[in-house]
Amino acid sequence: MFGRLTLDAIPFHEPILMVTMAIIMLGGAALVGGITYLGKWRYLWTEWFTTVDHKKIGVMYIIIAFVMMMRGFADAIMMRSQQVLSAAGETGYLPPHHYDQIFSAHGVIMIFFMAMPFIIGLMNIVIPLQIGARDVAFPFLNSLSFWLFVVGVVLINLSLFVGEFAQTGWLAYPPLSGKEYSPGVGVDYWIWALQISGIGTTLSGVNFFTTIMRLRTPSMPLMKMPVFTWASLCANVLIIISFPILTVTIALLTLDRYLGTHFFTNDMGGDMMMYVNLIWAWGHPEVYILVLPVFGVFSEVVATFSRKKLFGYTSLVWATVVITILAFVVWLHHFFTMGAGANVNAFFGIATMVISIPTGVKIFNWLFTMYRGRIKFTTPMLWTVGFMITFTIGGMTGVLLAVPAANFVLHNSLFLIAHFHNVIIGGVVFGCFAGFAYWFPKATGYMLDEKWGKRAFWFWITGFFVAFMPLYILGFMGMTRRLSQHIEPQYFPMLAIAAFGAVLILCGILCQIMQLYVTFRNREALRDVTGDPWDGRTLEWATSSPPPFYNFAHLPEGNELDAHWYQKERGETDQSRDYQPIHMPKNTGAGVIISAYALVFGFGLIWYIWWLVAIGVVGMIGTWIKHSFNEDVDYYVPVEEVKAIEEAHKARVAGASTKPVTNNDDEDEMEVEYAN
Amino acid sequence: MKTSRYKNILSGGFVFFISLFLSGCQFALLDPKGQIGAAEKDLIITSVLLMLVVVIPVILMTFYFSFKYRESNTGETYTPEWAHSTKIELVVWTVPIIIIAILGAITWQSTHALDPRKPIESSVKPMTIEVVSLDWKWLFIYPDQHIATINEVVFPKDVPVEFRVTSNSVMNSFFIPQLGSQIYAMAGMLTKVHLIADEAGVYDGISASYSGHGFSGMKFKALAMPDQESFDEWVKKAQASNDKLVTLKDFETIAEPSENAPVSYYSNVPSTMLTTILNQFEGSLMCTITPSNSTEQTF
Repeated sequence: MFGRLTLDAIPFHEPILMVTMAIIMLGGAALVGGITYLGKWRYLWTEWFTTVDHKKIGVMYIIIAFVMMMRGFADAIMMRSQQVLSAAGETGYLPPHHYDQIFSAHGVIMIFFMAMPFIIGLMNIVIPLQIGARDVAFPFLNSLSFWLFVVGVVLINLSLFVGEFAQTGWLAYPPLSGKEYSPGVGVDYWIWALQISGIGTTLSGVNFFTTIMRLRTPSMPLMKMPVFTWASLCANVLIIISFPILTVTIALLTLDRYLGTHFFTNDMGGDMMMYVNLIWAWGHPEVYILVLPVFGVFSEVVATFSRKKLFGYTSLVWATVVITILAFVVWLHHFFTMGAGANVNAFFGIATMVISIPTGVKIFNWLFTMYRGRIKFTTPMLWTVGFMITFTIGGMTGVLLAVPAANFVLHNSLFLIAHFHNVIIGGVVFGCFAGFAYWFPKATGYMLDEKWGKRAFWFWITGFFVAFMPLYILGFMGMTRRLSQHIEPQYFPMLAIAAFGAVLILCGILCQIMQLYVTFRNREALRDVTGDPWDGRTLEWATSSPPPFYNFAHLPEGNELDAHWYQKERGETDQSRDYQPIHMPKNTGAGVIISAYALVFGFGLIWYIWWLVAIGVVGMIGTWIKHSFNEDVDYYVPVEEVKAIEEAHKARVAGASTKPVTNNDDEDEMEVEYAN
Repeated sequence: MKTSRYKNILSGGFVFFISLFLSGCQFALLDPKGQIGAAEKDLIITSVLLMLVVVIPVILMTFYFSFKYRESNTGETYTPEWAHSTKIELVVWTVPIIIIAILGAITWQSTHALDPRKPIESSVKPMTIEVVSLDWKWLFIYPDQHIATINEVVFPKDVPVEFRVTSNSVMNSFFIPQLGSQIYAMAGMLTKVHLIADEAGVYDGISASYSGHGFSGMKFKALAMPDQESFDEWVKKAQASNDKLVTLKDFETIAEPSENAPVSYYSNVPSTMLTTILNQFEGSLMCTITPSNSTEQTF
């Protein structure tokens, strides 16, 4: 009846897990109770869960990204402390069975359920606004993508309390991840969490690609698009090409595990090297899917706060395109030590180094944007400068790892761990935070508290260096990754410093939570009514904050770079009072329902509960068919409604420009300038 | 006088601090004991220095521009419309291209010179040791001496060793950090790495690829003997072992999963043992082994 699922799957004997479970259950109960008490269920359902508004979907992505960052960071703290204890000669509190799940979950969560949703959330909020569109090309698909991603999140968190997670590392190399060596449900949780959310990501890629290609405001040619949109376009091309590889690779592993095929087994002609090649043929482009959009974020931030045109737009765009193409010819550098010949290794090594040329050019472009600017050190700008320094170091160690003969001794060592955290934290995470601080006023209509934002930055960046520089040293000392027991005592000093660094990062995260709280408390003082608090350059600042659900009453002109900046200079901001009805999509619950069935389907497959699987499949397909017969998917916003919203905004702006806004109890003197 | 005293105190303090800080650290990769490891260390240092040519100016420029063009410094030039300079574009594209061209040439040359399967040039006749990663221990087979060991590999210094590496279960990576290159161990397949020890000593060996529950304990010792005689003596000791590894069945007993396995020796090992182990995996890519020292491509 319940397949492999018995009461033994609940880890009653693991006190850490049971306490976590109790806390989450109490917290969840409080949340559900609170929503019920306030009578907000209907509001949540109609305004958020069923929404097809790209801005709201983006906000939900980023909320989940933050929550999952806490989960992934808790894993990190546990790993750091276990390694220190072990190097100090203690047994520690995490046996291999537990530790191996933690590092696997940490990697999966931070990449798939923290970095990816953060990036996709930013794309959701920003891209349609930057290109002067009213929504994405396929609004329902966007909702479905989000909810499929949520299914992945639910499954990976469920694995904590029902059963176990994979003990294979985040990429689940076979044969270790095969049935023979991992018979439990852990790898199956990994498979279905990634597979279901991965489908969502592929759909997002298609959606954004189409949106950027087809929905740009009619006057905007490709070479006048803001850089963030350009970078996102390239990232979505990478998603469309690479995510199907991941889907197929995991599907083959699934066949091995469920039907006893031999794609990646040791015997019967199976070939684990094929898996490693395929997974990195997706995995390396994935790195650029994460990093290209944040390069876009930094480009926007650096131009805005240097109050200067971006230096070398054309070369920046071409650098991005070159990286996109090269991203597909470097995957082998993840396994130089597999024994391929010298010619093959040298080719992939040099191809990898070549990527550092356009990347270096980007850094110079940002530098020369700052050159002869008027740099205002707001939180987003601090993250950007912090990134430029940190990422340069990470880039250098990356090129070093790309030299095959150097890689032969550095591969899989803590040097590698330090390197990729250097580029992922110093690049992707800093970029996400820069984008978060930069566009928070756009998405919510409130400025973020700057004081706590800056504190968070300083804790994060010092914490980063203290936590990861020792790992470079440990790499040179010959310490390999994923050790948990009987660690050599000579590694202790560096591991202790690294653990202290993790505590500093924890302070950074606490500052971020504090920042949100202080922002909420001071929300009236931090309100931005103009929609353009940074004196921005691109079209997302041409509308109110948060933008009306239709984004723009009149589609903006986009036939020049920094269109909004020059429109402001020429006094060409939208003052027209001649409104037209606006064609908009209707909300739909189909995405939520299909995803709910997908969750049932995934859970059934993990535990071999075949009747659940059948319900899931029938439910998913049935809902989809039913939804495709629903022709009531769009409507026209009447002129009166548009007019009421627009006039209200104009009145607020007029009211605000007469009285100066002061940012209370803020010594850092954040200036809020108004365009109008 | 005063300044120099401060200088002395400062520099003395600095040296003291650094030595205190690093006293417990043994930098395996920066203290290589074999020519492969030494070449890799030099390669790392050369590459880093070369890249610093770009990296240091970038970091300094970031600090300098951030400081110089800060908003409050209103005396500085401000050119809000300046966004293109062919000269600067030329420099920022050319300099990285030149650096990467040099590094690329070094990469091409070093990747061939340090190809793990390339035999080490030496006047001494090389020896062969076969390495099988088990759950979770290392089996070393000496086909010419007819012995095998667990978690201890011994060879004379200055003798090039060809390690032929495979796995009996999941992937691992065979790695003696102070001697240089690692190589993956994969079931049904054979990879090779050539290493040499220039100094006698005991070196740590590890698996550098996570392989499951007992991975942390997959450590072994590599003993580089001062001369041939002491090596031969050690071989005799192993040959005298009462434990025997003759058949596949014996091997399967040894290969039973175990953690933190103690060093042990096996005698009477047939020279075809590795082939037998490889051939367990039906349809494996590598079914027969050509004689040692040939340069056949395994895949």
